[in-house]
Amino acid sequence: MIDPKHIGMKLPVYKAAAEIGQLRFFAKSIGETNPVYLDESAARDAGHPGVPLPPTFLFSLEFQIPSNAWREEMGINPARILHGEESFQYHRMAYAGDTLQFETHVADIYDKKGGALSFVVRETRVTNQRGEHVADLRSVLVHRN
Amino acid sequence: MTATPKLDLLKVGDTLPPLTLPAINRTTLALFAGASGDHNRVHIDIDYVRAAGMTDVFAHGMLSMAYLGRLLTQWVDQRRIRSFGVRFTGITHLGHVITCTGKVVELLQVEGEQRARVEIQTANQYGDVKIVGDAVVAL
Repeated sequence: MIDPKHIGMKLPVYKAAAEIGQLRFFAKSIGETNPVYLDESAARDAGHPGVPLPPTFLFSLEFQIPSNAWREEMGINPARILHGEESFQYHRMAYAGDTLQFETHVADIYDKKGGALSFVVRETRVTNQRGEHVADLRSVLVHRN
Repeated sequence: MTATPKLDLLKVGDTLPPLTLPAINRTTLALFAGASGDHNRVHIDIDYVRAAGMTDVFAHGMLSMAYLGRLLTQWVDQRRIRSFGVRFTGITHLGHVITCTGKVVELLQVEGEQRARVEIQTANQYGDVKIVGDAVVAL
């Protein structure tokens, strides 16, 4: 079981660059062919200042967190986790070339099935290089204890 | 390109144009692992998952959520999407052919803006629903 004493834990704050190369790779990997997500001139023709980050891409930038020590501290085994839920509240678009700051805290920890499953809820606030609020992410990890 | 639907004529019950993806194979998972930053070996390394007691690698939940993102952005310009959230209710496996669908369930007004809530899901070729969720878009 994952100890609820970790509720409130703040994960290390970090910045990640939204890079056009990774965005193009991501688009290819999900079969996205809309040129807005691939090509800067197509993006600008559509009124964007650059290639936009598609709806789930901010989650990918969370893997750039500098340390996964928080998982070890909680006793989370990567072979035993499943993704339970994920949600995004969007405040403004993000684009290739932006530098995004991620501030995550553990919002809740609970278990079900008599302790066989633990649920860890993280909430993340994303801001850009201008300090503007880009999005809020809420992620639920399920850990098979 | 996004063909803008007649958003001012939108009604509860209207469905989104569906999106069906090619069957998921090991290449899909390898590329998505690299591109998405999720290098968890359960998605890419059969030896690792067998040592952990599973039979084979399985798809990232976020791959299917990205497919649902495409369902939404092929329907409306992404700048209209206010929120998007899902629950992963089943594991998507190799060989699964995923279809994304959605329907309008509510018209609402928030902070002076007309919006629509759509319920969305993915299902495989056997009709097993894998992800359920919703999104809110500005009209």
